[in-house]
This record gives sequence, structure tokens and C-alpha cells, in this order.
Amino acid sequence: MAECVTPKDPAPLWRQMGLKDEEYSMIVEKLGREPNYTELGMFAVLWSEHCAYKHSKSLLRTLPTKGERVMVGPGENAGVVDIGDGLACAFKVESHNHPCAVEPYQGAATGIGGIVRDILAMGARPVALLDSLRFGHLDDARTRFLFGGVVSGIAGYGNCLGIPTVGGEVYFQAPYRQNPLVNVLCAGIMDHKDLHKGQAYGVGNVVMIVGHSTGRDGIHGCTFASEELGEDTESKRPNVQVGDPFMEKLLIEACLEMMQKGAVVGIQDMGAAGITSSCAETAARAGTGLAIEVSKVPMREEGMTAYDVMLSESQERMLLIVKPEKVEEVKAIGKKWGLNAAEIGQVTSSGQLQVFHNGKLEASIPVNLLAEGSPVYNPEWKEPAYFSENQRFDYSAVKVPELKQFGEILLKLLAAPNIASKEPVFRQYDYMVRTDTVQGPGGGAALIRVKGTTKAMAIATDCNGRLVYLNPKAGAKWAVAEAARNVAITGAKPVAITNCLNFGNPEKPEIYWQFKNAIEGMAEACLALSTPVTGGNVSFYNETEGEAVYPTPVIGMLGVLDDVSKKVTPGFKATGDVIALLGTISGDAVSLAGSEYLETVHGAVAGCPRDPDLALEKSLVDVLVKAASEGLLRSAQDLSEGGLAVALAESCILAEKGADGAVIELGGTGCKAVADHRPDAVLFGECNSAVVVSLVEEDVSRLKEICGELGVPFGVLGKVSGSSSLRIESCMGTAVLDVQVSELRDVWKNGLLRAMAGDTARGTTE
Amino acid sequence: MKFGVVVFPGSNCDADAFHAIRDAVSQECEYIWHQDTDLSGFDAIILPGGFSYGDYLRTGALARFSPVMKSVQKFAEDGGLVIGICNGFQILLEAGLLPGAMLPNDVLEFRCQWVNLKVENNRTPFTCKYAPGEIVRVPIAHHEGNYYAEPHILDELERSGRIVFRYVDEAGVPSREANPNGAARNIAGIINERGNVLGMMPHPERCCDSLLGGEDGKRVFLSMIEWFASKRACGGAELSSGAVPGGSSTATSVAKDRS
Repeated sequence: MAECVTPKDPAPLWRQMGLKDEEYSMIVEKLGREPNYTELGMFAVLWSEHCAYKHSKSLLRTLPTKGERVMVGPGENAGVVDIGDGLACAFKVESHNHPCAVEPYQGAATGIGGIVRDILAMGARPVALLDSLRFGHLDDARTRFLFGGVVSGIAGYGNCLGIPTVGGEVYFQAPYRQNPLVNVLCAGIMDHKDLHKGQAYGVGNVVMIVGHSTGRDGIHGCTFASEELGEDTESKRPNVQVGDPFMEKLLIEACLEMMQKGAVVGIQDMGAAGITSSCAETAARAGTGLAIEVSKVPMREEGMTAYDVMLSESQERMLLIVKPEKVEEVKAIGKKWGLNAAEIGQVTSSGQLQVFHNGKLEASIPVNLLAEGSPVYNPEWKEPAYFSENQRFDYSAVKVPELKQFGEILLKLLAAPNIASKEPVFRQYDYMVRTDTVQGPGGGAALIRVKGTTKAMAIATDCNGRLVYLNPKAGAKWAVAEAARNVAITGAKPVAITNCLNFGNPEKPEIYWQFKNAIEGMAEACLALSTPVTGGNVSFYNETEGEAVYPTPVIGMLGVLDDVSKKVTPGFKATGDVIALLGTISGDAVSLAGSEYLETVHGAVAGCPRDPDLALEKSLVDVLVKAASEGLLRSAQDLSEGGLAVALAESCILAEKGADGAVIELGGTGCKAVADHRPDAVLFGECNSAVVVSLVEEDVSRLKEICGELGVPFGVLGKVSGSSSLRIESCMGTAVLDVQVSELRDVWKNGLLRAMAGDTARGTTE
Repeated sequence: MKFGVVVFPGSNCDADAFHAIRDAVSQECEYIWHQDTDLSGFDAIILPGGFSYGDYLRTGALARFSPVMKSVQKFAEDGGLVIGICNGFQILLEAGLLPGAMLPNDVLEFRCQWVNLKVENNRTPFTCKYAPGEIVRVPIAHHEGNYYAEPHILDELERSGRIVFRYVDEAGVPSREANPNGAARNIAGIINERGNVLGMMPHPERCCDSLLGGEDGKRVFLSMIEWFASKRACGGAELSSGAVPGGSSTATSVAKDRS
């Protein structure tokens, strides 16, 4: 019992375990008696914010979750989407922020382990991982430690599993300094017929535990994940579990084999809250009960109590519900893979989770009360003071640089760790294993082909936390829109999302206001783009000593490309190709709000980002998908951090040999029509619904026609020049910027490494 | 021609090798579970990449004790073709089928990237479809690819033409910059004295399809197929003595150094 009780702490036991007084009263009332110690522990973990979604449930219900392709929506281990040809994709993104703040290597490693088992639990073979990471600035030693540890943890665990890490994002921004965000998305593929669920059906069926033995590690891990971090954070290190990727790899193969053999009635990952949550949730979904004998659980230490076993978060374990006649087969498959496969109980009709230890009843709780009975909170919300200040931000205080400085600014932006190539990170990940990675990290979305079909899945993660902070509703819309655009620039059609909602303490009205607005924005954008929410994860309490992270609702977007040979990539392809802009660039002062330019060059995180035109975003996606299917696009790159100039530079940097260099005439952006446009906003402004494409001259009229039909503005910007320089001219023909591509490439390619080595000073140039 | 892909617990490039053989070069292929010992009927054995036994102790150190490895040793002694890729190469080293050892990459990080390889010897069953000195692009993905052997063994490998692939730059120079892991003399792949056992860190099975960025790896398998066909055409004669220039008694001493 020492794990969770501080002897000096005079507070009642339930409070020490993280339950509020009124929650304890509710337990006593519903149970009709006081819970014993084991039962209290079980309530504490399952009623933790991490497991029970107490502060998010009521708002999450407002998200659109229906769609013709959605086979399984929120509530199961992962969402499942029909991708055609009798195949389905299971995908979900999940956070492992708190563990990574104290023990980055194991925190990241076990984060991968958990999400992979969620996908496995749907009956799918996990085929791709993406990581959405946020840290503080790299000039801080602790940040470099956390960053290095998380990346090695992802590499150490993910590479061993044979699941390619194909993409994601890495941001470096001050509010994540003490509280990094580590969100991992996993996608898996299955035949429709192989769909499994976490449901404990069939009274008399056998409950089995497969995989690693159970130790005392990670007890109360999810309670820890439901608190703010503070001075005593270091003492929480024992709450972080330790991963064994070899065991996980065996578990994947063994469980897939068990499911293929038709031996599995229900299956569930043992993640947060271990045996307690997996038992309670599977029984609650099926309307049954379970009786567990903890002495039958394979244990790695002696003297473990029922409490220890029920709350352990030991990794690499799955709960299986198996028909009695299939038990021997399951055991044989376990043996083949060198894994425990032990009978630990039975499905009952009692509606209770009954826990026995050597035959003695240690706990008996109605499964519904455990899994669904926690209170739902609708906290107060209040608009924070900063929001109205943002709206009054005086852009005239941001001096427009002189023309001759624009080249230097572009180089500075390309070198900024948020924009620079993430190759120093992703070269540590095996992104090619499984030989399906058509486009790996570094493109807008990863493209994973599906062997035996002509198809590929496109997957992107996106969220610019700075925009969400400045304007939560608009920022969440931009996150969805950008994720959709990133999928669509490959030629794939966006079909559904999963989300990971990282916020501060929801009990603070200003934080809940951020959450509420972000959910509203996300709901609106998902409806407009026809990309329903299939599930995800909420991570609250991302605060350290009272300072919250940027509100960061990470969007994981899934797209389907029907013919992978029609894929489109970001680099220019051939000299003479026409470069065009699809969509609009506002070019006005407001488009500087929350931009990388404003922070990196002017040292300000300010302004109030405008809302995207969601109808235009939808049309833009449709144009990209249609144009790609007709083979019109030679390259496509969307506008995000760093705006138009960075998008053009990236297409130059990633160009085929002999196709590097471009001449651009800014008249093509249509910005001169905007009254208050300013050149820095045209080049570096963000929050634009726009994509830079290149195509052969003969195809221009057809693309223009498609844009006309779907109502997307089309403008010719210039040509791929082959001159080895990026030259951008004003409407008058004077050069705004003319930089060698080799120079662009050098700063972009080495920016992150140089920042890690402390070579570049962050801050203003003024 | 029938290939067998050995599956150790923790292998994770087994399915990729299987796919390359069956779909890219259209040959018969079967998985061989690490506890199986009967290799009759197979014409070539692939030890695939991955993390056999979780790389516990040392990469490949535990896999060499798998029951199948005794059979693989026998298969190689009988002249059968054996190729170890990545972790498979590490296992061949640990099993003593090839000389030397593997250290962690000198950058102390996992590296997944495309590299340029020079085909140093195209007179082997694994490289006969490449031109002499040809530069090819193949991906690597490993944490322990820093090949090490004592200088006299390296000299012997050089002399006997048993260095089959080397990391080079685009111009074909085995420069320090082109070496992704610190391997001695930029060694990416070596062959045994008899010329029927190849170990290589790069992954030829990952580049058999232009959709994935290149097809340069395909000819490793096509070479094996051609060599096997020509061998069968001459009545199953033993590997021609010229397959590995210089492979003679001195090379035997190399193998003894290992044991």
C-alpha cells in the first residue's frame, strides 16, 4: 500500500488517491457501503480524469462522429474506417505527456506500446506510427534532455516492433518547456471480417491474460497523469512504466494469430489502470460481469496483493475473452511465441467485477459504476484577458522590413527549428520497414501503400498550438483544415480524423474556455470537410507550476488515395513547369497573427488569427483530389508556417535534380487587390487557405477549369526556372528576394542540428 | 528456385524479404520457423533483418543458438546460398559463418537512410547481375552496423575479394562522409571464402520497387536466381572456383581466427 500513501499526509485515503470528497460520497452512496482498500484503488484509477473523461465527456459528445465510411466510432479502443476493397483502417492518436516529462525515454517508449495495442485490439495489424511532439526552445538544457530522450525512446521501441514511423511533427515553443507533449498515432489495416471489439460477451467464456507478467510498476500511473506537475514531479518517476519492445512484438504476432484462428470473442489492451480498466470496460460494453482470480495472473514479483495486481500498469499485456473450447489453442499459440497465456477468470451474468485472491472475495463492484458511473463535470468557463488584448494588437508596431532584408528573413525562417528539416529526428526511426512507405517523413502526409491493391493511405498530424492559443476556435479549425490540406496535396481524399486534445487544468475557467472553443471549432471544421471524428484521447493538466501549455488539439487525418501511381509530392519536377497558387493569400496585417515570422523575426506571439473559410478549404481539397486523379499536378505544397515564401523554398529544396530554382511574380497572388496588404504578410503571413502547385504548361487550362467549377481562385505565380535560385519579384518586376537554392537547402537541412548545438541565437533581429 | 526466410522471434523484415522474393522476382518462398531444422527442398536461405530475441545481450548473439542455425550452417557447408541482411548479417557473424563483429554505429544513433554502395566484387552468386564497380542506392536501417575485424582479417578480405559492398559517395569514393556507421574500410557487405554466404547491412529487399524510391536491390535476388539456374544447367556442379577470386587456404585461416 506504500505506493500511493504518503505517511505524513493526513488527508483521507480517497484524497491521497486523487478522488474528490464528493466523488467518494457518490461511491459510498451508489455502492451502498464504504469501499474497501482494493475497491477504492480501483475506483480511483477508473474515475481519474485520464480514464473517465469527467471534464471532457459532455463537450466531446458535440463532435460529429458519423460518416458513411465510419465502421467504429468513439468509445472503442480505436476508430475504424472503411478504405474500400473489403479493407479497413483502425487508427487513433494518444498522449503520453506526463510520463515523458519525468522519464522521457520510457515515457515515449511505453506511449508507443499502448497505442499499438489499441490498434491490435481492433483486430488490425499495426502498419504505421506518427509522432506529434512539442518541446520548449532548444537553448534550454532540460529541453535538449527531454527532446533527446523522447526521440531515442520512440526509436528504441518503435524500430524494434517493425512498424515504420512514417511522419508526424516536432514543434519547439516556450510553453512546452516543462511539459512536453508526446502524442503517438498508430494506424493498422485489416479485412472487414477481422474486426474485433473490446467486449466480454458470453457467460461462461474464459478471461485470459496474454503477454508480459504483472509487476508492481506503474501503479496509479493514470492518477499521476490526471494532475498538474509540480516540484515533486521527480518523485513520480516510479509511476512511469518500463517498456519491452521485444515482448510487444511477440504479443502482436501472437494476438493476430489467435484472432486469425477465430479463438477470440473480445480483446482489450491493458493500458492505463491495467486489469481493472480492461475488465470493467469489456464487461460494461457487453452488459456482463467478470470474476477474476488474481493468484492466477502470472506475476513477476512475490507477495503482490489483489490491489497491486488490479492496479498494475505493467506493459505488453492483453486481456482476451475466449470460448472454453478455444483455450488450449490460445495457450498453444502463446507457448509458440514464448508468452504467458493464462486463464484468470470467467464471464458472468452478475454485472459485477468480482476480484478473488486465493478464493477470498477482495472486491465486488458493479461494472457500470466503475466504467461509466463517474461524475460528468461541466466546469465554468471564462474568456481570458489575453484574448481581448490580442484583438487589439497594433500591427503598425511591427515594422515592415526593407526589401533587401527579405532574403535574410527567409533564410532565418527556414533555419528556425519549427520549419527546418526534421531529418535529424526521423533518420533515427525506421520509416521503411514493411516496404509500404511510398512517402515517409518530411512530406505533408505519409503515404502507406496497401499491398495487393492500387491504394495508399495518407496520414498527417497537425496542430499549430500558437494559433489555437491566440484564438482557440479559429486555431482548431486551422488544425483540421491544414491536416486535410496535407493529406490532399498527396492526391488523397481526407476521410476521417482522430484527435488528441492536450490542454491545461480544466478546473481553471480560462483553460476550459480554450477547450470549449477548440471543440466548437473542430466540430465545425470536421462537418465542413466531411471528416468525422472516430475517437482519440484527452490529456488535461498539462501544466507545470501553474503554467499551461498552448492548447493543442492535435488532429490525425486519414486519407485514401485510390491509385497510388497518381501520388503528388512537394518538390518541383522539371524546368519550364508553371507554378500556380490555388486558393487565396490575404496578405494583410491580420495574417501575421501567430505567425512563425512574427515570433522568430519580431519576437512576438500576438494577434488574433482569423477563421478559415471552411467552404473554400473544402473546395480546395476537392480540386487537389480531382486534379491529382487526372494526373495534372507535378508538385503540391501547402502554405503553413512561414507562409508562401517558405512553401516555395521547400518546393525548390525538394526539387528533382535540374528543376531547382523558380521565378515568381507576386502579382499572381492577387494580393494587390487587398487594400492594406503588406509585403511581409504576403510572403510570410499564415492562416491562408492556399496551396502552391506546379504543372506542365498544357495542363494549365484544365486545372483552371476545375478551379472555376469548384470555386477556387487560381493564379499563375511563375515558372520552375532551373536557375538554381529562388527569385521573387514584386508586381513591378523588382526583385523582392533572390536566394541561391543551395543556400536555402543548407539552412533548412542543418537548422535543427545547429539549434541543438546552440549555434543560432533565438529572438529578434531588431 | 525456392527461397526460405527464417523467422526468429523478433524478426521484422521477414515479410519484406518474402514479398520481394515472391512478388518482385517471382520465385517460390516459404517462411522457416526458428525451431524448424529441416531445410531440405530450399535452394537459398534468407536471414532477414529485425531484432531477433530483442537484440538482448548483443545483436544476433542469441539467435545463433536457435535450432535452425545448426541446419543453416550445414546448408552453407553443403554449398547452399545463404544471405543475411542487417540483423541476419549480425547473426552470421555471431554464428561464425562470416568473420568479424558488429559494433554500435559510431554516431551512437539508429540510422535509417539511403546510402550509395559500390559493388566491389560482381563475381559472386549475389552480385553477378551488377556491373563491376557499379554504384547502387540501397537503404540502411540499423543501430549496430559498424563492422569490425582485426587488421589482418580486413587485409585478407580485401586481398581475396571478399568485400562485396562498400559505402561510397556519389562519385564512388569510400569517404568518411559516405560511411554512415563507422564501419572498418567502409565495409557494407562481405562474403565467405567459399562464396556462398553473404552478409550485408543495407536492405536490398527494401528497394525492389520504383514506387518505394528505387529498384537497385532487386538484382541481388536476380543474381542468386541466375547463378542457381546456371549451376543447375551444368549439372549441379559445385560453385566455380572463380566465383570468389583468391578464395583459398589463407581464407580458411580467417575463419579459424573467429572460432
